[in-house]
Amino acid sequence: MNKKKERIIKYLFTMLAFASLAFLVGIVLVLFKEALPIFTKVSPKDFLLGQSWYPTAEPAEFGILPLILASLLVTLGALVICVPLGVGSALYLHELAGPRQRAVLKPVIEILASVPSIVYGFFGMAILAPMLQNSFNLPIGLCALTTSIILGVMATPTVASIAEDALSYVPRSFREASFAVGADRWQTLTKVIIPAAGSGISTAIILGMSRAIGETMTVLMVAGGSAVIPSSIFDPVRPMTAAIAAEMGEASVGSDHYNALFAIALILFLITFVFNIAAELISRRFRLKLGLSR
Amino acid sequence: MHNIDYEKQMGTENFHPSLVKGPVGVNMNSMGEADVFGPEAKISARNVNFYYGTKRALNNISISFSPRRVTAIIGPSGCGKSTFIRLINRMHELVPGTHFEGEILIDGLDILSPACDAAELRKRVGMVFQKPNPFPKSVFENVAYGPEVNGVTDRNLIEEKVVDSLKKAALWDEIKDRLKDSALGLSGGQQQRLCIARCLAVSPEVILFDEPCASLDPISTARIEELILKLKKDYTIVIVTHNMQQAARVSDQTAFFLMGDLIETGRTDRIFKAPRDKRTEDYITGRFG
Amino acid sequence: MKKRDIFQKLGFGVLGACMAANIFFLGTIIFFIAARGLGVINWEFLTAAPRDSMTAGGVAPAIVGTFYLTLGAILFALPLGVASAVYLTEYSPKGWIVNLLRISINNLAGVPSVVFGLFGLTVFVKYLGFGVSILSGSLTLGILALPVIISASQEALTAVPQSIREASLALGATQWETIRRVVLPAALPGILTGVILSVGRVAGETAPILFTAAAFYVKGYPHSPFSEVMALPYHIYALMTEGTHPEEQTRIAYGSSLLLLMLVLSVSMLAIYIRARQRKTYNA
Repeated sequence: MNKKKERIIKYLFTMLAFASLAFLVGIVLVLFKEALPIFTKVSPKDFLLGQSWYPTAEPAEFGILPLILASLLVTLGALVICVPLGVGSALYLHELAGPRQRAVLKPVIEILASVPSIVYGFFGMAILAPMLQNSFNLPIGLCALTTSIILGVMATPTVASIAEDALSYVPRSFREASFAVGADRWQTLTKVIIPAAGSGISTAIILGMSRAIGETMTVLMVAGGSAVIPSSIFDPVRPMTAAIAAEMGEASVGSDHYNALFAIALILFLITFVFNIAAELISRRFRLKLGLSR
Repeated sequence: MHNIDYEKQMGTENFHPSLVKGPVGVNMNSMGEADVFGPEAKISARNVNFYYGTKRALNNISISFSPRRVTAIIGPSGCGKSTFIRLINRMHELVPGTHFEGEILIDGLDILSPACDAAELRKRVGMVFQKPNPFPKSVFENVAYGPEVNGVTDRNLIEEKVVDSLKKAALWDEIKDRLKDSALGLSGGQQQRLCIARCLAVSPEVILFDEPCASLDPISTARIEELILKLKKDYTIVIVTHNMQQAARVSDQTAFFLMGDLIETGRTDRIFKAPRDKRTEDYITGRFG
Repeated sequence: MKKRDIFQKLGFGVLGACMAANIFFLGTIIFFIAARGLGVINWEFLTAAPRDSMTAGGVAPAIVGTFYLTLGAILFALPLGVASAVYLTEYSPKGWIVNLLRISINNLAGVPSVVFGLFGLTVFVKYLGFGVSILSGSLTLGILALPVIISASQEALTAVPQSIREASLALGATQWETIRRVVLPAALPGILTGVILSVGRVAGETAPILFTAAAFYVKGYPHSPFSEVMALPYHIYALMTEGTHPEEQTRIAYGSSLLLLMLVLSVSMLAIYIRARQRKTYNA
């Protein structure tokens, strides 16, 4: 009686635990099912490398290269900001902050990581864009530069807190061994601790990148929305996420445009999927290297 | 059919004859030395081997424990003594990747057999652990937990059980005004006696003590030892300890384990005065371990 | 001063500057929004519906909408998330299952929020026929919250000492009784942290409800799970990109942003506070 009940409960938990897998598989299936029809009209090559995105023109053109390049541009721009700031903050927290400073700064960073993206988007649109427009004398404030800055600032707390975790896994003994041979703190940091935590820090960067490329509301509001291959950082752009969010409302269900937007989402999903798996593999190797379990 | 009979009977003292394995009356230990206490063993282990993965932790252990006596298991760390008593209430099942051979009989029933329900067994065989491990609940709830999971719903009955168990564990006088306080606020010694009370509330027949004083001060230790001597009137007790004075003070029978082997067992006074094996002698005179 | 001492000074200075810049940028954002939003928030703003084509009145329907969406998402994700965490930590399944599920959970956490929106649109709005509604939005947000709840619950469950599981089992409790009566109650504060963190996350998300739940303007308050709703984050977006009176709308958007910011920040502060207290009790 008891044993039977226990077994039923265990099966129930097993089933519920597979929900995450089911949702992930569900997302993949939905994306493929809704995206594939577009490739009967446009070849994957033309879709990915086509230079014009005129989904509502007659005849429509579905080339998403401008969108992909826009995503890459703003993500790279964001990395320029969030990698030094995020990793630098993590090193500061780990190496220089005393226990009391740490006790304040660590939660502050964590709390800042929870600021909703719509708030960043709003800030970018209402304050940063006009400010940059005036100070750089730009024709338009909503552009790749503004987007990169906002995305970078936004991803910084994420990078900082994951990198700090990675640093804290480096065993004390490494540091002691380095001090014992007469190295100072800076040498210990750059020659011992950073190399030891290197793959953990790269995990942080990859996840920050993944967050930036998948970010939607900020880029929708700040990027300017022009689906043209950008020629400079001051051009308005339309990254992939912004295209999906802005156009899905207008595309009628089952139309080519609708399918094309799902195809963009599929590509986006695959990019973040690769990032996440890479982060997973690197962090596993990192843990193995430091002799940590799991 | 078979299973149901078995489980039903675990709770009672009458067993189906076909399930009683081997003669109960004769009670020999692995050295062929007849046991000195009474005709019937409460617990007997026969040819027990135990493995963590491929590493063998117990070698062919055969030993019997008499009812209402205290048996101490001594030996250096890593000798398998804790591993052995955890088998007696099947706590070994919590460690993945282990397996065993042989059998352990309690009142003639093989408790290691898959037909025996581990939860039912553990109601009869209680355990007190090395580190006091009260639940993060109130004192009352800690002791009431056992009766509750065993299906007692009558509040009065539960209350009675709690008071009675706390008294038996010599904790009642210190704690009767603090029943609603968190158990985590008690001192280490009080926590350990609370764990003993919690164990008594299920009315077990056997109580296993796995180094119960390892984390306690000498005064708390003395109180626990006193308590063990009092409890043996009603319970069969097996205690693992690395403290030989403790074994000498509380136990009637002593077993010496070394590297997974049972080296010697017998009356405690005899083991300490006239050990038959050289290794036992070396250990109790402090030459190693 | 030796050369290497100069190096050290310089290096540490750069690190300090990074930290300062990090805090400065985020402080600036909060400062600007607070400075311009504070004057907008008053009793009417919190309790009235928008008036005069979004140029006056309050945001009460959006607050209510966000409340319902968040509540629905948590109701959906909490049992699933806790059950997954219990399975992974308590029933210790085989290694490959743990790995598979862990990879799924990590990847689900990394899926861009707009992709969740598309999934919700296809499955909940269209396929299951829930339409653009609180229900569709809640389910979509729930999937997004799932990984957060799972990881916080897993952390909370692993922090429960193994010894009290043994104590319960040794008293003849079954595994389920042990989980239900000992392990889950002990892990409750940690699970609560996860729930609160995911409340903060869910309440601020916009992209997933873009096509599944949100509307720019709905008259009155939602009356069933199948109603379209206004939601605070979407309201900010809509105020900035739609409508005909940009000046006045921006003013209201400042108020709404500050409100959302205060909501989310206080929720995550609460979570971090509970977690810090919890860690202390285990270490003691």
